[in-house]
Amino acid sequence: MEKLTLHSGLVAPLDRANVDTDAIIPKQYLKSIKRTGYGPALFDAWRYLDHGEPGMDHAKRPLNAEFVLNQDRYRGASILLARSNFGCGSSREHAPWALLEYGFRCVIAPSFADIFYGNCFKNGVLPVVLKEAEVDRLFHECAAFPGFRLTLDLDKQRIATLDGALSYGFDVDAFRKYCLLNGLDDIGLTLRHADKIRAFETGRRERFPWAFG
Amino acid sequence: MAQTLYDKLWDSHLVHVEQDGTALLYIDRHLVHEVTSPQAFEGLKIAGRKPWRIDSVVATADHNTPTTDWDKGMPGIQDTIARLQIETLDSNIREYGAKVYFPFLDKRQGIVHVIGPENGATLPGMTVVCGDSHTSTHGAFGCLAFGVGTSEVEHVLATQCLVSRKMKNMRVNVDGVVGPGVTGKDIILAIIGRIGTSGGTGYAIEFAGSAIRALSMEGRMTVCNMAVEAGARAGMIAVDDTTIDYLKGRPFAPSGKGWDEAVVYWRTLKSDADAKFDHEITLDAAAIRPQVTWGTSPEMVVAVDGTVPDPDKEKDSVRREGMERALSYMGLKPRTPVTDITLDKVFIGSCTNSRIEDLRAAAAVVKGRRIAKSIRLALVVPGSGPVKAQAEREGLDKIFVAAGFEWREPGCSMCLAMNADFLQPEERCAATSNRNFEGRQGDRSRTHLVSPAMAAAAAIAGHFVDVSRTN
Ligand code: SF4
Repeated sequence: MEKLTLHSGLVAPLDRANVDTDAIIPKQYLKSIKRTGYGPALFDAWRYLDHGEPGMDHAKRPLNAEFVLNQDRYRGASILLARSNFGCGSSREHAPWALLEYGFRCVIAPSFADIFYGNCFKNGVLPVVLKEAEVDRLFHECAAFPGFRLTLDLDKQRIATLDGALSYGFDVDAFRKYCLLNGLDDIGLTLRHADKIRAFETGRRERFPWAFG
Repeated sequence: MAQTLYDKLWDSHLVHVEQDGTALLYIDRHLVHEVTSPQAFEGLKIAGRKPWRIDSVVATADHNTPTTDWDKGMPGIQDTIARLQIETLDSNIREYGAKVYFPFLDKRQGIVHVIGPENGATLPGMTVVCGDSHTSTHGAFGCLAFGVGTSEVEHVLATQCLVSRKMKNMRVNVDGVVGPGVTGKDIILAIIGRIGTSGGTGYAIEFAGSAIRALSMEGRMTVCNMAVEAGARAGMIAVDDTTIDYLKGRPFAPSGKGWDEAVVYWRTLKSDADAKFDHEITLDAAAIRPQVTWGTSPEMVVAVDGTVPDPDKEKDSVRREGMERALSYMGLKPRTPVTDITLDKVFIGSCTNSRIEDLRAAAAVVKGRRIAKSIRLALVVPGSGPVKAQAEREGLDKIFVAAGFEWREPGCSMCLAMNADFLQPEERCAATSNRNFEGRQGDRSRTHLVSPAMAAAAAIAGHFVDVSRTN
């Protein structure tokens, strides 16, 4: 996993609530057995005018000029500004894979669906929960100022405009933060407790043999 | 201290807790399917790791598998990318093993959330995970069950644990007796209508109250299945006689003395009388009417005798725009009576409503009738091979076929349109599945979520009908 410490980037606003993971990456792409190749299909149904299928040359597909990510001013955005309950629906990890491959390192929203929220951390994408009013303010700023950028400091748990005029703190679990700051793989960390897991398992098997049947 | 059911399940699986509350949770049962596992097995291979306890794995192929032409075997799968994914699961299981695998074409193959319980592979007191958000279904058995992403699938394969944080406790009580024609599906849709699709975010929801107690295991699974549509990763219901009776004699349930001992423990799996919940709501069962979703989120739901809502009445601007977008996507006008909505297709199936009781309820409505001429396709897709066989023993297949329904092979089918079953753009479908998102059943598909009886009645009439009145 690519680590994330300080990041400064262009902000793209996606002004809809309840954006589900099928909107982020439609199901037809889930047939792939790979971890890559999802970036060009991010928000596929909104981004293109035609129907997308895996194996297409996405560069040749007709773009929906109205979709926010297709507007010139948001090209190269790496921070996605979103509304409540972002990432609801299916548990597909292809959603953060697609966001990351497209270039997003951070999604800001007033709330996220739980599974998506966890999946982001495992893939080097930081979901930032801000208050509704703060998110509103950012949507305004983003609309008002072409080239609107934010700077993210994960260690300090702050997200701010470049001039520091707006600066918001956010919460993040210490463990998730540690893993993301250091780009650590969860499995390796968990296996440090292998003896404890084994001991737990032995005890459980004795008490509840049916759970191992 | 008094504990909730969730507290008990959580505590009994704690391997380790970090100072910040991050916990290692032991996983008893790992359900695996073709879509979210290939990258996990690949990750394991690349890192040179071995599965920790492969006999915790119960695997099947369900999402991509076709529901027709099984006699043609694997070559019958036209979509080569889908076929490769199914073959990849075959080869991963061949290489790593599993407690049991029900591959494509197997007599016991089926939707992962149907086969777990039906084989007794889901048991009370367990932790159950699967790379699929509807894993919440299994909580109906008084276990802690939730969906995980692919990285977590790999993590569980490699360590038998999940890195997790405790959720908050919510209890949803449904008290009283439901009226005729009101099912588990209507109860859960009404709950989602009340608390919204993020109302349960951050919580584990326990469903309780006399109306929940009165449900069969099938009905309880329907309710817990859609806990995730209310935002809760896990839904659960306390163990009682209904749970225990259902499990007795299932292939992987314990037997003899082991069964007796297990039952003694399982009976403790309920919230203590004075347990505290962070949030609690109560619904009056008698007030719940058969439900129909009108929009593109399960919370956009009304009673069948209601009308499509009017966005002009919504004060919140984000919500209003969401409603307007949903109405335009769905091709509906505000204030249309729900019973005036006409359908093109009907889908009875999915991990929400494809169990034997669901098929019986639909068949009871259909018996001796014909689907409306305007219905282009009406599908019944049993949740698993055993469900299909049972239905055929009862003659339900004949009732459906005589009425003009297609009787298909088991799988996820038109629930998510990853296989050959999907809607054409702007086709309108009454579906017993769990998601009405944009594009869920195919590009620009229009989905109305309902119970099996409601879907069956809509197929006969060609439009929605209030089953609480007709029966
Ligand atoms: S039936 Fe639908 S919701 Fe259930 S597991 Fe299959 S695709 Fe997912």
